[in-house]
Amino acid sequence: MGKVKCECGHVNPHGTVLCESCGRALTEEAQKEKLHDMRYEGSARRSQTYNKSIVDKVWNFFSSVKVGIWLIVLTLVASSLGTIFPQKLFIPNNVSPETYYEETYGTAGKIYYTLGFYDLYNSIWFIALIAAIGVSLVICSLDRVIPLYRALKNQRVARHGTFMKKQRLFASKQGAIQPEELDKIKEGLKSKRYRIREEDGSLLAEKGRFSRWGPYVNHIGLIIFLIGAMLRSVQGMYIDELLWIREGETLEIPGTKGEYYLKNEKFTIENYDKEKDPEVFNAALERTGSIVKNYQTDAVLYKDENQDLPGAKPKLVKVKEEEIRVNEPMKFDNFALYQDSFSKDEMKAMELALTNKATKEEAGRVNIDLFNPKDTYDLGKGYKVEVLGYYPDYDGVGENGEPKTKSPVPNNPAFLFKMISPEHPDGEISFTAIRQTLEPVGETEYKMEFRGIETRNISALTVRKDLTLWILGIGGAIFMIGVVQGAYWNHRRLWIRQIDGEIYVAAHTNKNWHGLKREINPLIENTAVPIPEDQQA
Amino acid sequence: MSDLVQWSGNLLYASFIMYLVATFLFGGSIRQKKDGEKQDVNRWGKLGITVTVIGFIAQLGYFFTRWAAAGHAPVSNLFEFITFFSMMLVGAFIIIYFMYRLAVLGVFALPVALIIIAYASMFPRDISPLIPALQSQWLHIHVTTVAAGEGILAISFIAGLIYLVKTLDHSKRSKQTIWLEVIMYSLVAVIGFVAVTMAFTMSGYEAKFDYVNKEGQAAQETFNLPAIVGPNEGELLTPGQFEPLVEMPAFINSKKLNTVIWSLGAGALLYGLIRLLARKRVGALVQPLVKNVNTDLMDEVSYRSVLIGFPVFTLGGLIFAMIWAQIAWTRFWGWDPKEVWALITWLFYAAFLHLRLSKGWHGEKSAWLAVIGFVIIMFNLIAVNLVIAGLHSYA
Ligand code: HEM
Repeated sequence: MGKVKCECGHVNPHGTVLCESCGRALTEEAQKEKLHDMRYEGSARRSQTYNKSIVDKVWNFFSSVKVGIWLIVLTLVASSLGTIFPQKLFIPNNVSPETYYEETYGTAGKIYYTLGFYDLYNSIWFIALIAAIGVSLVICSLDRVIPLYRALKNQRVARHGTFMKKQRLFASKQGAIQPEELDKIKEGLKSKRYRIREEDGSLLAEKGRFSRWGPYVNHIGLIIFLIGAMLRSVQGMYIDELLWIREGETLEIPGTKGEYYLKNEKFTIENYDKEKDPEVFNAALERTGSIVKNYQTDAVLYKDENQDLPGAKPKLVKVKEEEIRVNEPMKFDNFALYQDSFSKDEMKAMELALTNKATKEEAGRVNIDLFNPKDTYDLGKGYKVEVLGYYPDYDGVGENGEPKTKSPVPNNPAFLFKMISPEHPDGEISFTAIRQTLEPVGETEYKMEFRGIETRNISALTVRKDLTLWILGIGGAIFMIGVVQGAYWNHRRLWIRQIDGEIYVAAHTNKNWHGLKREINPLIENTAVPIPEDQQA
Repeated sequence: MSDLVQWSGNLLYASFIMYLVATFLFGGSIRQKKDGEKQDVNRWGKLGITVTVIGFIAQLGYFFTRWAAAGHAPVSNLFEFITFFSMMLVGAFIIIYFMYRLAVLGVFALPVALIIIAYASMFPRDISPLIPALQSQWLHIHVTTVAAGEGILAISFIAGLIYLVKTLDHSKRSKQTIWLEVIMYSLVAVIGFVAVTMAFTMSGYEAKFDYVNKEGQAAQETFNLPAIVGPNEGELLTPGQFEPLVEMPAFINSKKLNTVIWSLGAGALLYGLIRLLARKRVGALVQPLVKNVNTDLMDEVSYRSVLIGFPVFTLGGLIFAMIWAQIAWTRFWGWDPKEVWALITWLFYAAFLHLRLSKGWHGEKSAWLAVIGFVIIMFNLIAVNLVIAGLHSYA
């Protein structure tokens, strides 16, 4: 493709609209324009130059800001749809989404579910939208950044008269500038931190050029952020596990491949107390009832020294002891353990008394560990209790006549006991649940009477490893630098030239024209240089 | 201790009065001005900004005394957060005022701040202790930056509104004038809400209901306004009070809906009254206030506020928010409704900037966008808290 040589001698890339150096219009259209479109300084952009192959078409599609805006708006609208009803994640986890939405929200809920909006943010089309924004960001930035760089770098001080005339702020006047006057203007411009270049009587004052890179910097930040977010799906970069751990228990921390173990010494929930806490809170406490002050797991972290020896028993060495609270995770080795949730008062042990029904006399008590019941409990003097069956989460009797259990968790423990006493050396059978005793094979003389229950709390800790966070952090920081750079500074230029006995003055800013006028007008007031007029107003 | 709380309340009250006075001072200032941008601010304007700054300092006083009393920054419930937002709005106004010296901004910004403070005061005002998730330095870092960003973005709405009031042709009925009236009506409806709430609170109205909640369980609710709509399978327990006309399904919070209906109704009444007395649209009624405004300049103020506010909002609403979410909730992003609406706000202003830069959406289009942006912010501030309950929902 041919390069374009301008009359001033500068060779411009194919597709250039305004000469990079002197600013002369190189295309017919540009010559006819009333005001030059200065957004990309009239430089050659790939998307404006080629439109033949498929690659060109795709390139042009994604480099268009119009398409970019559409993508942003579509993402915005789609995101809002996801907040009409709660997402799948936020509905109670013991119900099925299939029925939940219809039951709770009626027909609208059913439609919501059918359209898949109940899990909108993980849907393929939503992720595709975000990905399209990413692609668009890369292409639109590439399309513009290099041409813009060339144009801003090559600009000459003395711009062509037509270029100046087609600036939004422009004026010309017969006359000549006295050197002292020019010096005064230059002083003024310098005090406003303009950089000044001169070439045989022509002047270019410029400041804030770096702000033109703001959008590109912030787009790079966004791209890095999106890449970081994508990396989370790469094996090993991201771990998200939940560890339910009972008081007193020591468990392997999932996701650490057996390297680390955690012991839960104690789990506490603390409420605000009208007596102990500052009295300014009393009114609120009275209005709302109790307010939680603290969730806390007192935890001990262990490392398994034998982790590398296959088949060896874990040899736990204490690493540290910490209190894990909301907002205060325990950190180790790229991992963090967060206080997530809890379950209060899970049954741990049950105490029962072997009692003579008639005399109400106790022959002895058994304390059954609900997680590890023994087969027999010897009470001495010929009294003994055998556990024939244990149903930790008793759920009635099945069709075959056998008691059923819903889960291995002791939510509603029930036992089938054989009670042996001197009177009944062969034993009597009793079925005992928490508030219920059955005698399935005939009336008995003894029974197992419920005496008490021991409970403990379970703490739920989120185990998190996220090696992408630093990438997201860098992306976010670059984005912030970029927006601030582009938003808090402007690129301002002022050209002054003398052409054929006339003084030309033109000015350009990429934004905030009032600010520019207010800055430069006082500097050229009362000089031979005319005040540039706004040709758009 | 409670002395501090008392002081704090008085300071807020004082700032309210100052803003009110300043509004009139600014109003006086624009009356005697001619067109042009380089004019010096007259005495009324100087007085106006002085009183505004004093009011702002009083409100800062409210903020810090309450902080001292509570032991944490007072941004932890709706009352506190909305008042803080109003303070940031006034702060942003002061900054923009010193950049452009436009008294007319005050005439519109201060009444909006006043309405917001009045609205905030309708929520429970007692100092509540922090739940575990809120016990973090990030509470004030995040919340204050978000509110600051939103306050600055709100000034873009103010400037946009002035632009529209000035440029729309109020003598004809058009889509534009109707929408402008919708905005005016919404502001009036907030006043309606405040009036109705205060009236019934003072009269001590209470109506208790037994009803069945959305989990299908029996529950009780006390209405402080006569129930036009009542709860699901509700039964009025307080004898002699107004029986609901319509019963709501379980998933709708009938108490809140009832409040909304009352506010809209009272707003309609007030608005109708204004129209009746003025015999013209509210937009036309306030138009004389803006007759000297340079529209081009107003357009720039609106854009400039977005440029200043967008980075602040990004920092507070997204970046700090993500950092805190990572610490408190173990993940930096979880598609909680409040998070989603912060993202929507951010995307919206990104679209605004692109439209302006590349499609040349200046002037009226840009002004409408500024208005929509503010509506989104308000939606996130109020509706998402009250209607779409998520992790963020206060009280
Ligand atoms: C969420 C996504 C995006 C954000 C937050 C964002 C942010 C920004 C910001 C803050 C600016 C500076 C605006 C100003 O200074 O007034 C900007 C400029 C720009 N953006 Fe984006 N952008 C996003 C997506 C896109 C996409 C998808 C495209 C692709 C077409 C795009 C193309 C541009 C262009 C061409 C500019 C102007 C550059 C210039 O001429 O100086 N942006 N963007």
